[in-house]
Amino acid sequence: MPNYSWPPMEQRRVMGKRLARLDGAAKASGKAKYNSDVRPAGTIHGAILHCPHAHCRVRSIDTSAAKALSGVTSVRVAAEPGKEIMWPNAEIAFVAARTEEIAREALRLIKVDYEVLPHLVREENLAAAGSRAKPAGEVVTGDPDAALRSADVVHEGEYGIPVITHCCLEPHGSTVQWSGNKVEFWPSTQAISNVGGDLAKGIELAAGNVHAHMDYVGGGFGSKFQADLWGIQAAHMSKESGGKPVKLYLDRAAELTIAGIRPSVYGKIRLGAKRDGTLVAWDSLTWMTGGMAGGGLNADLLPYVFRNVPNRRVNHTAVATNTGAQRAWRAPNHPQVSFVTCAALDDLAAKLNMDPLDFFKKNANLTVREAVYVSQLDKAADMIEWKKRYHSRGDKTAGSMKRGLGLAVGTWQGGGHASQCRTNIHPDGSVEVELGSQDIGTGTRTIITQVAAESLGLPMNAIKLNIGDNGLPPSGASGGSTTVGGVASSSRIATLNALEKLFEAVAPSLGAPADQLEAVDGKIQVKGNPAKSLTWKAACAKLGVKTISENGANDQRNPRGLNAAGVGGVHMADVSVDVETGVVTVNKVVAVQDCGLIINPKLAEGQVFGGVIMGICAALMEERVMDEATGRCLNQDMEFYKLAGIGDIGDIQVHMDITPDHDKRGVVGLGEPATIPTIAAIANACTNAIGVRVPTLPLTPRNVLNALAGRRMA
Amino acid sequence: MQAFEYANPMTVKDAVALLGASWTDANVLAGGTDQLSLMKDYIHTPKRLVNIKNIKELAGIRKAGGNLRIGATVTLDELIDNREVRMAFPSLVSAARGVGSPQIKNMGTVGGDLCQRPRCWYFRNGFGLLAQKNGRSLVDDGQNEFHAIFSQGPAKFVSASSLAPALAALGATVTIAGPNGTRSVDVASFFVAPSSDQQREVDLKPNEIVTQVLVPMSGAKNASYEVRLKDGLDWPYAAAAVALRMKGSTVESARVVLGHVGPTPVVAEGAASALAGKSITEEVAAQAGESAVQGAHPLSGNAYKVQLAKTAVKRALMEAVKRA
Repeated sequence: MPNYSWPPMEQRRVMGKRLARLDGAAKASGKAKYNSDVRPAGTIHGAILHCPHAHCRVRSIDTSAAKALSGVTSVRVAAEPGKEIMWPNAEIAFVAARTEEIAREALRLIKVDYEVLPHLVREENLAAAGSRAKPAGEVVTGDPDAALRSADVVHEGEYGIPVITHCCLEPHGSTVQWSGNKVEFWPSTQAISNVGGDLAKGIELAAGNVHAHMDYVGGGFGSKFQADLWGIQAAHMSKESGGKPVKLYLDRAAELTIAGIRPSVYGKIRLGAKRDGTLVAWDSLTWMTGGMAGGGLNADLLPYVFRNVPNRRVNHTAVATNTGAQRAWRAPNHPQVSFVTCAALDDLAAKLNMDPLDFFKKNANLTVREAVYVSQLDKAADMIEWKKRYHSRGDKTAGSMKRGLGLAVGTWQGGGHASQCRTNIHPDGSVEVELGSQDIGTGTRTIITQVAAESLGLPMNAIKLNIGDNGLPPSGASGGSTTVGGVASSSRIATLNALEKLFEAVAPSLGAPADQLEAVDGKIQVKGNPAKSLTWKAACAKLGVKTISENGANDQRNPRGLNAAGVGGVHMADVSVDVETGVVTVNKVVAVQDCGLIINPKLAEGQVFGGVIMGICAALMEERVMDEATGRCLNQDMEFYKLAGIGDIGDIQVHMDITPDHDKRGVVGLGEPATIPTIAAIANACTNAIGVRVPTLPLTPRNVLNALAGRRMA
Repeated sequence: MQAFEYANPMTVKDAVALLGASWTDANVLAGGTDQLSLMKDYIHTPKRLVNIKNIKELAGIRKAGGNLRIGATVTLDELIDNREVRMAFPSLVSAARGVGSPQIKNMGTVGGDLCQRPRCWYFRNGFGLLAQKNGRSLVDDGQNEFHAIFSQGPAKFVSASSLAPALAALGATVTIAGPNGTRSVDVASFFVAPSSDQQREVDLKPNEIVTQVLVPMSGAKNASYEVRLKDGLDWPYAAAAVALRMKGSTVESARVVLGHVGPTPVVAEGAASALAGKSITEEVAAQAGESAVQGAHPLSGNAYKVQLAKTAVKRALMEAVKRA
């Protein structure tokens, strides 16, 4: 059996290099075709009739006029009379037609009679939630009441972070062609190996009859794991339209309302410390909504990271609202609890008159990775010149621009998912690496190719990578930051298994046993004896007509040291706040991130840049705005659902914690941890600048000026 | 969107003849940056679109008597790049730059900026211009953070025009062509607060077209300031434009106009008269800001905009006198 261990850091030739992503040019030039660009011959178009009410029952539905419209090939009712509709924009009916315009016109011809029912769409006021609020029960460690009574300093605060959405640039949807008993499926997905089976289940077809393929996806962030009702209805409409491919993608309003949200978190928090800054007690009541299911929060997440505080009480309440259902959002719940925890800790530090850097370090022993956090806090502090530039709360300099620093922490698991890979070595020397994974923008293509090139002693361009198809060996969904660990391991194992077969085939020619051979610099040679070698091509020619095809799998129970889980990260922010306008500007964010062995530092940093940018968006401007009177989402567009543009980002500096200690753990995912602490770091920096806490995010002029004026939130 | 007929006239006369007695008969298409969105959302459902971009007499910027004449189809980008505009009307340049999106600046026109519909999210979600349900304002008790702080009847939206405050402060007039010839209206009175969903927020009939804007070249010092969140495409929370006739360093007369705080641009006469006879200092400018918001009546969730309007006036004044 080959030695699958990663080569030692200093011996890596391709892994560890700052290579540009392989699909960068294709994406930047538009040559890369996303599935929403795919338009097979004969494609017709689907459209969805959405419910205008937050809560209602369908009394009757009449589709006859829509069916009669010229160009319409299929009309399907998704909400039959009697069906209770639980959120606005829920799907009522589907139409397929020759053009998108005809399909949309047909929607207008469908007559639906609704019985409107009472709704609740806003959750920030827990007292108004009534029976919609479901407490999860109390979790207590130690004696929080006694600890708070005897604490030298107690802080009590309220914090809120609203619902935001995934806002994928490429909306959810697919093109589906169902002819005979075969389905061709072009979804926008994070799970190419599973999504075909999911569709097959939805349309009651054998899983093997659905062929799913996708080269590129324009963002998923946790919201694109399933075929969804949209894929299922598109399939049915294709069948009803004589097997023509049906293209059905959500429009922006639907994307922002029914394609997943990140739950809010609101909380009342009490916490206490000794005079020297030792945190002794935490007591929190949090609530959130993730739609009608309410929204659960694992009590173990509070207080975030500083979980081993000796005395804690955690109460959480899920509020069921008539809003679109939550889906996993990059590090589910972590950014929210990072905000409420790090903001409360920052406020307690201020009350102790203590520098939060010292306060967080002082309490790092309450985390499960004390040394990591202490060193990351020191590194980030160096990068942002914390000791030189930090001032106590409230910038006292003259003028309307106030500047401040803030910090926050995050953690994530990110072990490798289940993944199978097949590596083929052909007699002509060509190499294929094949797995049913997908590159969700993280650089997975490049990473796998680097692993294979490293393992075979070949250049990057000698490897042909095939991903994005459910006919390939299955790989897990890209979620939970589990992809890189899974695919790096399976491709390492499959490739070394294939190489072992090649060694066996050429051993006689080199006059050495197979286990004495190595693949280096495009040659197969006797270990330590370059004189006894064959070029890669000559070696492969020894295969005659027989292709080597070997599999490898990441075994999650025994990852062989190739991948691991559990990381920490620290972000620090430098912001300016115009106290006459409430406009917050991010000057700089520094991010220090541990992620185990790093296959490509450039791509790893890219993940962190992206994570920080998403954090900046959420800190400064993102929120879904629901209206209680109408039950509607008012900003289901990209005009008032605001995202930061290039001019709003500021300077981002990333430090990947590349050390032999982290490296020897193996590969750990980092897409998610990279976005967790940014929001809280910016919020704390804003507080440091202006001297008061803005309790509810985002840090818009309204929320900042209300906090400065002592006004309660509207 | 509803199917429509597309007309492509070459003269104003033909264009006017192609319009109709009601807004559902025909709409004008200039830059199209918002018209098409309104049609896709079925807020506008014209039977005909009249493209006015090929009408030569609506194009171009030139001196005309004591005015600078800006054609209705001049794009925001042309306005920003025009030498005369840059020399005489920095307030217009900065207001046009505030639009943020290069695509909209390249396509959007001066006439379109003035005639664009409000961005009120109740209106855009199909609840009507006044956003009322069962006779009650949805805005009053609803999500009104971006709405009016100056009360002008039942309308609670804010005028969306980026250029109107600057043009109003400069004393510009709008020329309007209709079936009976042309008429002229001050920019400040071109905007009207509607009292029903059927009315428009500008003094324009369905069969009329804005043809040009005349801006007096009075030599007034001018500037505008927008409070905005994003660097790119975004709507101002509040804006102010000022024009000052100076005698040395003393203000002889002033015009101060607030934007995005009411259904029309709000002419702040109190602030203007308080400035007369004074030199602009930080303190004087701040006082003018206070005067400008004297009549403000914020809604439940937008008291913060009073502060923004004040600040915009102060900063526009400081900017105006910073220039040589």
